[in-house]
Amino acid sequence: MTERLSAPYRLHYAYTRSTGPVIGRFLDSLRDRVLEGIRAADGRVLFPPTEYDEQGRATTGEFVQLRPTGTVTSYTWVNEPRPTHPLDRPFAWALIKLDGADTAMVHAVDAGKEKAMKVGMRVRVRWAEKATGTIRDIVCFDPISPIIKTPVDLNYFVRPGEHQSQYLHALAEGRFIGGRCRVTGRVYVPPRGATPESGLPTEDEVIDLPDTGVLTTFTVVRIPFEGQKLTPPYVFGAIVLDGADVPIYHLVSGIPYEQIRMGMRVRAKWKPREEWGTTLENIEYFEPTGEPDAPFDSYAMHL
Amino acid sequence: MRDIAIVSSAQLPSVREMGPSDESELVQPVVTKALEAAGLTMDDIGFVCSGSSDYLVGRPFSFVAAIDGLKCWPPIQESHVEMDGAWALYEAWVRLLHGDIDTALVFAFGKGSLGPIPDVMNIQNDPFYVQPLGLDSISSAALQAQALIAAKKATERDFAEVAVRSRRNAMSNPNAQIKGEFDPKAIMKNEPYIASPLRKSYCPPLSDGAVAVVLAAGDKARSLVKRPAFIRGIDHRIEPASLGARDLTVSVSTKLAAEKVGVSTGKVDVAELHAPFAHQEIILREALGLGDDVVVNPSGGAISANPIMAAGLIRFAEAAQRIHDGSASRAVAHATSGACLQHNMVAVLEGE
Repeated sequence: MTERLSAPYRLHYAYTRSTGPVIGRFLDSLRDRVLEGIRAADGRVLFPPTEYDEQGRATTGEFVQLRPTGTVTSYTWVNEPRPTHPLDRPFAWALIKLDGADTAMVHAVDAGKEKAMKVGMRVRVRWAEKATGTIRDIVCFDPISPIIKTPVDLNYFVRPGEHQSQYLHALAEGRFIGGRCRVTGRVYVPPRGATPESGLPTEDEVIDLPDTGVLTTFTVVRIPFEGQKLTPPYVFGAIVLDGADVPIYHLVSGIPYEQIRMGMRVRAKWKPREEWGTTLENIEYFEPTGEPDAPFDSYAMHL
Repeated sequence: MRDIAIVSSAQLPSVREMGPSDESELVQPVVTKALEAAGLTMDDIGFVCSGSSDYLVGRPFSFVAAIDGLKCWPPIQESHVEMDGAWALYEAWVRLLHGDIDTALVFAFGKGSLGPIPDVMNIQNDPFYVQPLGLDSISSAALQAQALIAAKKATERDFAEVAVRSRRNAMSNPNAQIKGEFDPKAIMKNEPYIASPLRKSYCPPLSDGAVAVVLAAGDKARSLVKRPAFIRGIDHRIEPASLGARDLTVSVSTKLAAEKVGVSTGKVDVAELHAPFAHQEIILREALGLGDDVVVNPSGGAISANPIMAAGLIRFAEAAQRIHDGSASRAVAHATSGACLQHNMVAVLEGE
């Protein structure tokens, strides 16, 4: 028997279609980012609009403008889009009932992940940048979040005062300083214009402190929130520098967060010197020194 | 009205890829075998009707090429529907009612191996509102399956059970393509979603296949075979194409067609339902009012072998076969067309 042949083959019809008075008007309105349904003989609003309803009755010719928002009535999640699909990343096909419409349309929802999809969710039209007068002028729908951003954004000056300024200047040189209480002798970091124990400024002469200390307590931040700079989980801790009596607060890292513990000996991990300024951000975080943990009694009074 | 019966049928075993065989090479074997089973030749046939879609293979007029699989000289009375072969059977049934001829040949063929079938099926969608979006057939079926779950009418586990039972049944069907013992839990655990909530196992395979059915009227039928499967009623109904205008969790058209043919007026022994997707069997059972005592898809159904455009007519052939062999007295055959069970045909077949 002779070899039977096989070859690739592409079928392409350069079809055009006339759209008529209803579909034509609807598609043309999409160019202006206007969504129009049509009123059926029984009063319902059909969207997208048709010349006849499913009972075969002519629609009324009364176009009804709709808002670009709607509700998902069913959906399916597509993990691997086909080349013909409207989006090239995982997305949902959905039946969407626009607000004010009585019938649903099929379109895509760019939800990012399947968990973001549910029946009843609210969505909004995403328009194509360049109009073509086809249904693809709607690129897809985006989920509408029930949460809106309400940032407060005001511009102030910070003037930290004499004692804080001393402390920040020291940080800019890679040093910690503290100030001793004139009454109790306890060392405050930073030095203060008044200590709560005395109501008086700390002593004029500041004390140099090392960048090592004890982690007295800490918390693991696991909840994401708007404006967060770090990715949870991360650890924020209270560190009493060696020779000081009150803690400073900073990030603790360098080991898995579940191994971080009270009493752990830590040292500042400084950023490169050229990045230093008058800020505690000169320190990236505190990391374990590897020394044995401090006994609880040695820092209990600082908690 | 004349009694008209299915007297014989033949199928090519469905396979994923039949290799380079053209239309006539698909049609010729099944037509020959079905005619032989009824003891007829082409010269005895009064009318021929076929069902197929040129878009499956992307070849205009491939249905005309299929006629080469018949002996058609001297010229024959012939017709074609660009639909599943079940609708060709309906046309042949109407033609036989005219009363001037006593026999008809119906055939259907489908090759799913040559083109991008899920995308080809998008061509049946609305050309203004849906087609430009590229809504493939698996995705539209998934919208329906999801609606069924959201309405709490079924769970994904139910889909898995339908697939597993169908493919177990298919083990006794030499023409089925996907068959064997499968574990619903393993399917749900191991198979990713193609389009949620549909996994591969809840979808039909791509198939190449063909089927032919011979119809005969009244005493002619009785003279040809021992136990003809008489068509006691046949009806088909269509719903709007717009998915958004329908309740996808029910099949109103199937229910209406079932009422017209009197499905519920007697005991149904067996039903062959054209449900390419597992969840569609659940919808059809409800629409047809089939109880748990009815044997559904003993052939394995379209989820086990799905030569598109032939899979509906195969349901008729399989249902009739149960009448021929005496294992059933009354059978329901169903065929569907369009996205999400848009168009449905229901027939009641009985032995004498």
